[in-house]
Amino acid sequence: MKRWIPSAILLLLGIAFLGFGLHRGEQLTVMRKAIAICLECIGIG
Amino acid sequence: MQKKHNNRLRLGIQIGFTALSNGYLAGFLGKGLFKGALKQVCLPGLNCYSCPGALGSCPIGALQAVLADRKFSFSFYVVGLLILFGALFGRLVCGFLCPFGLFQDLLFKIPSKKIQRMPLDRGLRFLKYAILAVFVIWLPLSATNIVGQGSPWFCTWICPSGTLMGGIPQMILDPNLRSAIGFLFGWKMLVLMLIALFGVFHYRPFCKYLCPLGAIYALTNRFSLYRLELHPSACTDCGRCAGACKMGVDAHKTPNHPECIRCGDCCTSCPSKALSIGFPKKH
Repeated sequence: MKRWIPSAILLLLGIAFLGFGLHRGEQLTVMRKAIAICLECIGIG
Repeated sequence: MQKKHNNRLRLGIQIGFTALSNGYLAGFLGKGLFKGALKQVCLPGLNCYSCPGALGSCPIGALQAVLADRKFSFSFYVVGLLILFGALFGRLVCGFLCPFGLFQDLLFKIPSKKIQRMPLDRGLRFLKYAILAVFVIWLPLSATNIVGQGSPWFCTWICPSGTLMGGIPQMILDPNLRSAIGFLFGWKMLVLMLIALFGVFHYRPFCKYLCPLGAIYALTNRFSLYRLELHPSACTDCGRCAGACKMGVDAHKTPNHPECIRCGDCCTSCPSKALSIGFPKKH
């Protein structure tokens, strides 16, 4: 039982962070970056 | 026999997941990147979002994008996703779901003399944490332009997955991009080629020494739900698990080591079935 406590804490932390990030609209920043070719990523700069 | 079957199954999952997550065929036909809502979701592995077929985002690219944005100095969304993937799977992502991991696995199959252990291997394993701290976190936050915007330093200067999955296909598809090739593309091709060459002789050098995403998942490996279990009463200390592990882990001593990518080779090599791998079962 004790062995699963760190896993459970991590899972809950992940869900909490994810929820707060969605609430802040961070996924829109990710989307804006992801739908255009990242010139730095492909080596144009 | 069991090992061959397991390896084929793992290769099948790797190829299947890479094909599925980069399955936007219109992108490969020159119709531009996928712009659907799914692009907001980070894929678990190092999968460049500039790959013509990418249906999701790269978590390391997304992390840098949010950190570099003037609005945020911490990405709860991306970090939350990474913690979730890590808590559920640990470095299973590296072993089964990462396209660049697949690329290195295929390279290692090329017949050649193999280097089992690199000099300074132990110290070099910490390099990926330094790359995470400096290129993924610190530089995008601190090296900003006049309007406070940062840039993705890891993607720009290091990421070979971006070159392989994004740079090369985009250059093939778009002559305008080809005409803009300069020093940076040459540098990135050199980095990719050196890692690829190294990967023929030594197993997964990028995953071991350079990958910041591997560094993140390594931190969660000890706690992930998908895990290795050692049954001490069955273990005879024969050491075959250590001999079978290409990541240099001694599974019967440290079964959920940060470097374990959950490939299962240790389990199939154990003559007394003392090692098992998976999600916890109800007893």
